[in-house]
Amino acid sequence: MVPAALGLAFLLVPLVGLLVRAPWEALPQRLFSASVGEALRLSLVCASLATVVCLVLGVPLAWLLARGDVPGRSVLRALVTVPLVLPPVVGGVALLFVLGRRGLVGQYLDAWFGVSLPFTTAGVVLAEAFVAMPFLVISVEGALRAADPRYEEAAATLGASRWLVFRRVTLPSILPGVVAGTVLCWARALGEFGATITFAGNFPGETTTMPLAVYLALETDPDAAVVLSVVLLLVSVGVLAALRDRWISGPS
Amino acid sequence: MTLHADLGVDRGWFRLAAELVVGPGEVVALLGPNGAGKSTALRALAGLLPLTGGHIRLDGQTWDEPPRVFRPAERRPIGVVFQDYLLFAHMSAVENVAFGLRARGVGRAAARAEAARWLDRVGLAAHARAKPRTLSGGQAQRVALARALATGPELLLLDEPLAALDAATRLHVRAELGRHLRDFPGHTLMVTHDPLDAMVLADRLVVLEHGRVVQQGTPTEVARRPRTDYVADLVGLNLYRGTAHGTTVALDDGGTLTVATPATGPVHVVFPPTAVGLHPEHPTGSPRNAWRVTVAGIEQHAHTTRVRLDGAPPVLADITTATVAELRLRPGDELWAAVKATEAHAYPS
Repeated sequence: MVPAALGLAFLLVPLVGLLVRAPWEALPQRLFSASVGEALRLSLVCASLATVVCLVLGVPLAWLLARGDVPGRSVLRALVTVPLVLPPVVGGVALLFVLGRRGLVGQYLDAWFGVSLPFTTAGVVLAEAFVAMPFLVISVEGALRAADPRYEEAAATLGASRWLVFRRVTLPSILPGVVAGTVLCWARALGEFGATITFAGNFPGETTTMPLAVYLALETDPDAAVVLSVVLLLVSVGVLAALRDRWISGPS
Repeated sequence: MTLHADLGVDRGWFRLAAELVVGPGEVVALLGPNGAGKSTALRALAGLLPLTGGHIRLDGQTWDEPPRVFRPAERRPIGVVFQDYLLFAHMSAVENVAFGLRARGVGRAAARAEAARWLDRVGLAAHARAKPRTLSGGQAQRVALARALATGPELLLLDEPLAALDAATRLHVRAELGRHLRDFPGHTLMVTHDPLDAMVLADRLVVLEHGRVVQQGTPTEVARRPRTDYVADLVGLNLYRGTAHGTTVALDDGGTLTVATPATGPVHVVFPPTAVGLHPEHPTGSPRNAWRVTVAGIEQHAHTTRVRLDGAPPVLADITTATVAELRLRPGDELWAAVKATEAHAYPS
């Protein structure tokens, strides 16, 4: 009992401390201050864009892993989960060396299209998508593997094209998995720090997202750091509540 | 206008090589034990499994002829009723039935109206908005049938259409299915392992064993003249192979039987288990077959007792409960089995 209570306290006390320490009276005013507002807006936009990127690329990838007829599928599946366990800062370094101006791919992007991704808002989106995509892929793949493919066969015998089958039969049956994966993915992207600061740097209004702003503010303006942290904490709790109520405990 | 299928599917451990012909308006039942290849045949016809040899042709159109032609399921004019129906859980009954029409390009309103008409035809107009999980087994089966028929398919495939129903519902749904199949102008192939479903619903039976057609014919032909042990067991007859010389048949597996009509050469001999009499002593009287047997097993059926007997030849006998009591049958008991020559029918192999 005692170690369990200690464990619980260890997890909860810092969060409670954050709430106690928060300057509640000045909170609204600070929340709508220019710098905080800017970081918040940037974070929401980048996390949402990263989530869209993850959905567009991740759902087909999950489909390939769950249903595709590709050799070495288990190896592919393991590779997809690497960003989950990889320290995000390593992900950032890797992105920098591939997409940087002299990087493997980046040099061509620069030479042919004049596009440079590091230290831009697009770079933030890429860094967040890189770290968050496995959450979506794993969630959607699990749902696809649990879905009975015979329903898709039944739809095919009724004359439905592959796309129609996916849209009208597969997607509705895996929707809970897709929604859960999207929310997890978005939350992970919102909190992303290591890869972002490594790949996109720290330029207020352009690449300084909430976690970066928290880290910076801690030295200059601790109150601002606390306010930003409380906002992130509330978003996390909100995500958790949404997931548990609707999707994690299963369909009602 | 006839479906010609020469189904060749080679999956290494299993080979299907079966020829099927289904005429317009005809209902053919594909009957066979588990693992005989019935489902493989159905999947090949539906376009869910490509052939590795042979061909499928309907109405001058080739659906499958490896390696050149393969039309996938969505481009074949088919309707399939799956064993557990596979109704789409997130759609209502009417949306399920309208799905095929929508997929084939019919407008939303027209598809719904047509789907509603089909639900009405199967007696489910009142359940149009119901979700599949709220429907009973019999109702779900009818929605599945309506969904398969709504697109006006040329080939209707039924996979064990009544297997998921309880005995009471089954009787009713079978009769109703029979009515819809009679009205259906296209080709129907029904896969089943239930001989009663096959006999009642089909115009012709095709029996599949180990991936091959072992017998086909009208239900009456198959029921009277089974050609394999599996079919004999299905229709409840004792079946023997042997060589006839006049009215005496020397059986391949030992023993002889006397039959009513003379024949020559290889024959099958059948008689029902009810034609077998059991006696403690060698029976006397009218000309009959009599041989020594040993009781191997006793099973109680509804109103009769089925006795499995070893001997030359081994035989199944159905006897009344009174006879069981009178003979005090126990496994291992030695008896005489007797069958009248007029009950034993021989036909050429």
